[in-house]
Amino acid sequence: MKYIDEFRDGAVARGIAAQIAREVRCDRRYHFMEFCGGHTHAISRYGVTDLLPPQVKMIHGPGCPVCVLPIGRVDLAIRLALEHRVTLATYGDCLRVPASDGLSLLKAKARGAKIAMVYSAGDALELARRQPGQQVVFFAIGFETTTPPTALVIRQAAAEGLANFSVVCNHVLTPSAITSILESPEVRQFGTVPLDGFIGPAHVSTVIGSAPYEHFAQEYAKPVVIAGFEPLDVMQAILMLVRQVNDGRAEVENEFTRAVTREGNLKAQALVGEVFELRRSFEWRGLGEVPYSALAIRAEYAALDAERKFALETRRVPDNKACECGAILRGVKQPRDCRIFGTVCTPENPVGSCMVSSEGACAAHYTYGRFREIAVQAA
Amino acid sequence: MCLAVPVRVVELGAGDAAIVDLGGVRKEISLALVDGVAVGDYVILHVGYALTKLDPAEAERTLALFAEAGVLPQ
Amino acid sequence: MTAMDEARGKPVKAGYVRPLDFKHGRVDMTHGGGGRAMKQLIEQLFAAAFDNEWLAQGNDMARVRLPAGRVVMATDSHVITPLFFPGGDIGCLSVHGTVNDVAMAGAVPVYLAVSFILEEGFPLAALKRIVESMARAAREADVAIVTGDTKVVEQGKGDGVFITTTGVGVVDERIDIGGARARPGDAILLSGFVGDHGMTIMSTRESLAFGADLRSDTAALHGLVAAMLAPVREAMRADPSRGIHALRDPTRGGLATLLNEIAGQSGVGMLIEEGAIPVRPQVEAACEFLGLDPLYVANEGKLVAFVAPQDADTVLAAMRAHPLGRDAARIGTVTEDPHHFVQMTTRFGGRRVVDWLTGEQLPRIC
Repeated sequence: MKYIDEFRDGAVARGIAAQIAREVRCDRRYHFMEFCGGHTHAISRYGVTDLLPPQVKMIHGPGCPVCVLPIGRVDLAIRLALEHRVTLATYGDCLRVPASDGLSLLKAKARGAKIAMVYSAGDALELARRQPGQQVVFFAIGFETTTPPTALVIRQAAAEGLANFSVVCNHVLTPSAITSILESPEVRQFGTVPLDGFIGPAHVSTVIGSAPYEHFAQEYAKPVVIAGFEPLDVMQAILMLVRQVNDGRAEVENEFTRAVTREGNLKAQALVGEVFELRRSFEWRGLGEVPYSALAIRAEYAALDAERKFALETRRVPDNKACECGAILRGVKQPRDCRIFGTVCTPENPVGSCMVSSEGACAAHYTYGRFREIAVQAA
Repeated sequence: MCLAVPVRVVELGAGDAAIVDLGGVRKEISLALVDGVAVGDYVILHVGYALTKLDPAEAERTLALFAEAGVLPQ
Repeated sequence: MTAMDEARGKPVKAGYVRPLDFKHGRVDMTHGGGGRAMKQLIEQLFAAAFDNEWLAQGNDMARVRLPAGRVVMATDSHVITPLFFPGGDIGCLSVHGTVNDVAMAGAVPVYLAVSFILEEGFPLAALKRIVESMARAAREADVAIVTGDTKVVEQGKGDGVFITTTGVGVVDERIDIGGARARPGDAILLSGFVGDHGMTIMSTRESLAFGADLRSDTAALHGLVAAMLAPVREAMRADPSRGIHALRDPTRGGLATLLNEIAGQSGVGMLIEEGAIPVRPQVEAACEFLGLDPLYVANEGKLVAFVAPQDADTVLAAMRAHPLGRDAARIGTVTEDPHHFVQMTTRFGGRRVVDWLTGEQLPRIC
């Protein structure tokens, strides 16, 4: 597959790995946060950690929109399906997120709720077109990558005057999340989470461009390297970050030049601006209330806003007391620091969202990484 | 949240519709978010929509950078 | 004698029954009622298609003789949607599935029993197609469908048709092949490309449409198993540590699930190489589109063998000489591991664990 296979070449990986090993200073550690869940998944799936020298530590960030979705929002979706009897269209990632009362969307389906898994926002719209007598609600989640498609279908639905389609908008913003991490006491004051730089999200950046990250480099003096999703991209980005740290630079660099420009996709940005506006505040699971971090549907499109249409209120639901997802999402703790990791909380029986999504730090570690902590011999 | 794949545009359809190919598998997608896409171009596809065009020259440049990393002098 | 003849005043033929309308007819509740309609369905469709001495006797059971050896029995239910797909249908799938389960003991499958749960309103044309496909698959596999059952449920209570098959076969008394017999050092041999069946099914589902040249790999594997056993049978009879220790086919949950199952049953670990696992480019690409992992995608015509190291090359050669094993490959080795991890060296060069599948594999957007 073109533009995929070349970026997964093992021999080239070893070359870059050797270079990273040559350039790291033995007398210091390098802590880099990969913000995006897709990067977490790539690092785990390809075993990138095996190729990094011990001085380089990767911290998993909160860039998994499923992981940061508060329980209260999933409850809202379940209520819509079970009480309002709508057809709830959702991406596959959301189906197993554990919500209140031992429910999830999948479990609600088993109780008779009409839950339709869709691959695309357009599919949800199509569902509504095909069942004019049935209310269809699209449960939209995602960072800036996934927001433009939602904006498109809202605009299309409005143009078609579809009365049986609406959207629950849970779209969140990357720069706000990065800010809240950088502003957190553990990073700013206590230094408990040493952070030397960020690997910036790949596809979010194709939409928003590299410009928004310049603020972090300047304000917080942290280098950012935007990386593509393939493992070679990640490794090259790590090399670039190591160099910045060694040089004492804090710049925004772009490794993913084949898809990311400084200004991003202006057409998509304009579309998003037309349909959505900033929420003053939004709860992120694990990060608490974060100001100006999420989007709501504008008044002009109120008819397509499920929260208005069904007069829905989000109830705040605290996390399970033993759940360390919040600390893990902020990079303050590791999965194995969580009391219930791998025992009560497993991918089959997830207690918190870090375990539900295959990109969550806990799921990735459980699935791909936990064997490292146990010595294994070959026959 | 960015599972996206680089795919080749093989056919342009009505409105924003297009057919893309990845490794011999074809799918119908929407080009509504990207302007000026021609048959033969590569785009980044996410949840049924093209997000941006892929720049082949930049891709080559990036691959060259990777290769260079392995042979830089100490 | 036709209805027209009747009308012309000719004597009514005793026991005349209007033939089933296989073009436009549909299953209705009488077909499961136990009366004439059901008898007709059995005679004109099932018995006619499966065509053997046992069904011809018209009993609710079959008296059969088994060749000498240890009896192996297996059962499978099939609830697949869609019923017809490139490369096969629920009919041949249900024959292959049970034949394969029996074959995984190293046994020769001999008889099948089949039971149908039909939904009221199901078109007889489709049912005929399915039954004929089953008959063909059974003939090719050299098994007889000797007894069966039919029930009809009300419209809305079934997915068209559910089929359950139970199979019986025999294996040499001195051959011991089972999931608990894999041993550290065993070679892990895979018979061919993985992911074909599951991705073919995915590609026919609505919201995930691919115009790809994918076909299900559904096939009866007992011929392949026999070919694999032939060169090592005598050694195995004399010494249980030789030859093939375990066999299994990677159906739901894919190759990864199979490896984890055997690792658990046998109390061993495994180390496999990603680069050695054959996956077709279209399957890779389809999985890329959906964020799926080919290791977890279902197969219906593949097997994995765990073979004593000294016999690995022989068995692999035997696989490759057989049409269903032409693309067979050695994908790894069984290891000693109290934690029963299945580890994989990635094409990229790193190492990862290939864990149990959690829930159902859902296409990701993340």
